[in-house]
Amino acid sequence: MESRLARVLIKGGSGFVLVFLYLPIAIVVIYAFNNSVGQKWPIESFTVKYFKQAWDNSLVRESLGTSLTVALFATAVALLLGSAAAFAVHRFRFFGRNAISFLLVLPIALPGIITGIALNSTINNFKIPFSVWTIVIGHATFCIVVVYNNVLARLRRTPTSLVEASMDLGADGWQTFRYVTFPAIRTAVVAGALLAFALSFDEIVVTNLTSGNENTIPKFIYNNMRQPRNRPIVNVVAVVVVLVMLVPIYLAQRLAGGGEGLAPARAGGEVEGMENTVTAAAVTQAGQY
Amino acid sequence: MAVAAESGRASPFERASAFLFRHARLKLALILGWPLTWFVFIYLGALAVLLFSAFWRLDAFTGLVVKNLSTSNLQRLLDDPVYRTIALRTVGIATAVTLTDIVLAFPLAYYVARLAKPRMRNVLLMAVVIPLWANYLVRIFAWKLILSQGGFLGWLFGLVGVDLHIANTNIAVWITFVYLWLPFTFLPIYGALERVPSSYLEASSDLGGRGWMTFRRVVLPIIAPGVVAGSIFSFSLTLGDYITPTLVGNTRFIGNVIYDSQGIAGDIPFAAAFALVPIAIMTMYLVIAWRLKAFEAL
Amino acid sequence: MMKVSRLLAVASVLLIVAAACGNDGSSAPGATGGGTTGGGIEPPVVYDSIGEGEGELNLIAWNGYTEDGSNSDAFDWVHPFENETGCIVTHKYADTSDEMVTLMRQGGGTQYDGVSASGNASNKLIAGGDVGAVDTSLFPEFANVIDPLKPDTGTNNKHYVVDGNVYGVPYMYGPNFLMYNTDVVKPAPTSWDVTFEPTLNGQPNPYAGNITAYNDPIYIADAAVYLKAHNPELGITDPYELTTDQLDAAVNLLKAQKPLLARYWALYTDEIDGFLDGSMVVGTAWPVNLTYSKDAPAAAVIPSEGVTGWADTWMISAHAQHPNCMLKWMEYTMRPDVQAEVGIWYGAAGSNTASCAEIAKGLGKGGEDLVNTVEYSFCGNVEFLNELYLWKTPEANCHDDRGNVCADYSVWLQKWTEITGA
Repeated sequence: MESRLARVLIKGGSGFVLVFLYLPIAIVVIYAFNNSVGQKWPIESFTVKYFKQAWDNSLVRESLGTSLTVALFATAVALLLGSAAAFAVHRFRFFGRNAISFLLVLPIALPGIITGIALNSTINNFKIPFSVWTIVIGHATFCIVVVYNNVLARLRRTPTSLVEASMDLGADGWQTFRYVTFPAIRTAVVAGALLAFALSFDEIVVTNLTSGNENTIPKFIYNNMRQPRNRPIVNVVAVVVVLVMLVPIYLAQRLAGGGEGLAPARAGGEVEGMENTVTAAAVTQAGQY
Repeated sequence: MAVAAESGRASPFERASAFLFRHARLKLALILGWPLTWFVFIYLGALAVLLFSAFWRLDAFTGLVVKNLSTSNLQRLLDDPVYRTIALRTVGIATAVTLTDIVLAFPLAYYVARLAKPRMRNVLLMAVVIPLWANYLVRIFAWKLILSQGGFLGWLFGLVGVDLHIANTNIAVWITFVYLWLPFTFLPIYGALERVPSSYLEASSDLGGRGWMTFRRVVLPIIAPGVVAGSIFSFSLTLGDYITPTLVGNTRFIGNVIYDSQGIAGDIPFAAAFALVPIAIMTMYLVIAWRLKAFEAL
Repeated sequence: MMKVSRLLAVASVLLIVAAACGNDGSSAPGATGGGTTGGGIEPPVVYDSIGEGEGELNLIAWNGYTEDGSNSDAFDWVHPFENETGCIVTHKYADTSDEMVTLMRQGGGTQYDGVSASGNASNKLIAGGDVGAVDTSLFPEFANVIDPLKPDTGTNNKHYVVDGNVYGVPYMYGPNFLMYNTDVVKPAPTSWDVTFEPTLNGQPNPYAGNITAYNDPIYIADAAVYLKAHNPELGITDPYELTTDQLDAAVNLLKAQKPLLARYWALYTDEIDGFLDGSMVVGTAWPVNLTYSKDAPAAAVIPSEGVTGWADTWMISAHAQHPNCMLKWMEYTMRPDVQAEVGIWYGAAGSNTASCAEIAKGLGKGGEDLVNTVEYSFCGNVEFLNELYLWKTPEANCHDDRGNVCADYSVWLQKWTEITGA
């Protein structure tokens, strides 16, 4: 029912936005082959030597190891705590229930710098040495909401009649969870976990303030962007990270069935309003937290 | 564990399960206790310490925090007009970024949600999300390269004879922020658009509603909460970001002052005091969003 | 349940706040006393022997001070140290002195073992009890240190010798000189006026829009140096000891300068990029910025008004986790051959005078003359070192008959926010 003009405008606008979204990515890829210290366009000479240098760089490998470790543990914590909170909110009625969602979303709704300096000054106050674990604590705190929102959205869409039927047929709480609830939410849990993982993997602001000497991939990038001759390595690492990141994105997309994983789509007619919206936004925080 | 004393034929596990079934409150405590404890101790605790430290002060010479109560930081915030300038500049750019993102996101969201075929829709959804996974710093740096004097955009404009000078200006900061947060605005608008029932549009059309009329009277009211919800993030993220202005701009924003106070000058009390500003602004924003029903499901 | 959990929440928050208030800054012995250096500062620890290395070393450094070959194959003085001592070095680059101080205090001072501190960081660290003193007999190369920096007889050593205690070992020193694009800036500048004045010889400043300045409160001193020469009626004696009137004059100069700038540089790459892409043609610079900008083409000059500068010291954390590796690093970085490498790479002068001859040798023919130029910070030239206004932390105490009327660093910080944030 859109008018011809409206369609032209919509298509033109869409095309512009897509170009806008991909121009910087293209620039990063091209500059990964830049041979000179200067950053002038057009690039005068090209080289592939930085791919080898990035590969040989022990700090890149070390940072990758730390990033993976942190993301793994932060995801595990987020998975446990986020699912638990989602179950509690879904299954029980209690005073302050509405505040839970609000509380969990705070670390993302408030600027990361605030979470970061709050954790940093607490860590310093208690003279806790910075380590991989302090990063995990910081990351888990803002990853919980991702899992929570995914799981809660799915729970709300799972008919309670299934659980009731299971109970009526004599299953105990554990059996019901094992054979009814968990299969229903499994994909949401996995999607939430993958996204939490990716979110942690790319975070810099909180990481900078909770990591001390530990190097993560974003920290490696942050520190080496200021080394004129290391910047092509940074571009190489960035390109590789994008490629690597495609795996969890694709998996999350598949698992969530185009549902609440990457987009709030297909909520099955049931309008879930803000929750899905927040999920989508939270989920895509990854870029900058 | 408390049920171990009970006896019976059932296994301890079953007994525990049954006990918990009868004592729903305890079950709730066991389930919710973990995330709540984590959040209260780690997050709220840290936040409380931070806000409390706004009332400490810094020794000028040693740069060490002196822990006796004083309102000198708040006084400084109020007395020196530069902080008001910085706060207003930040809110201004956050508003501009949010509005621009909504305007840019809408056509693509509409296309994906209502015009594209299912296969195309999935491809486009991925296409919007993927740039987010290129490292955040690298994306900012890419804009620094594009916007710099000898960069891609200057070169492009040079081809048509225009001398472009936007490197290190607030315009550069604005463009970069718009880019960074665009997907965040896109997804909620898309989600809202997708949930607009086609029958409503047909009904409107049947009743003689023209395109614009239908949009304004039918579509807009339905998607408004989604738009507001999306704007929370583009607004909040702009409010606190310090890396983007450092790399592509040449003025200071709230995030810079907070970061410089803490990370560079070691003046946590003043950083905490200034952090009250974005916290207050975001609280107001969230309350307004809540009033506009954008928070229904929270 | 909810009541319980709410109570728990409130209680735990209070607990944490109470705990945080409880340890009332006592983390810094010697720091109490209101922030003057006059009260006598006792070092929290004196390192007087070097034992077995711990296998690890965490450093905070200026960019270019800990080259490990990643920027140029020819410049690597980190790996030879690692091979010699078994101490594996990790470094964190800081962009300003304040950042160094903050980093040194991370984790209660246990995070980093040492820092290449300039004078405006070193005195803070000493007063804050963050760094330990050393026994100079551990470091034989002290004998070759340039006279003004010598710990016992030196005239310009207050940035690391306090109340008779020696906090660390001198590394490199150098100027914040005037760097300019030789194609664009003609004639070659001899004064800072090209960076400060909106009009030059009655014409609008031709470089307006392409000037750059260092983004740090300490840069106010550069303005003070300029005013000291051009506005004698202000009576500026030391650019770091400014009364309210003098500081205001410097601040006004900087506010007038701001519209002329392309941008401030905080990361040194900002200036290097600016010179390489042509958006910057003149401004204050570190020697290492010139190293990278030579293709611009760029050159440097010491303007007639004089320059600010820095004398950097490797200092060891009072709470170092790897003290022996740090002491080994301090011993290593004092050697003439190491400082010569740094000097050639960075353009700074080694505090070890024997390094200058090494540089001359390294440069080959004509090296003898080249060493005594701005490109190598006039290595070994005592007169040049004495003329540098070395970075130090501004204090309320003017250290002369004016008494306690000078603007302290917190005022400088605030003024800097006013200049850059407005």
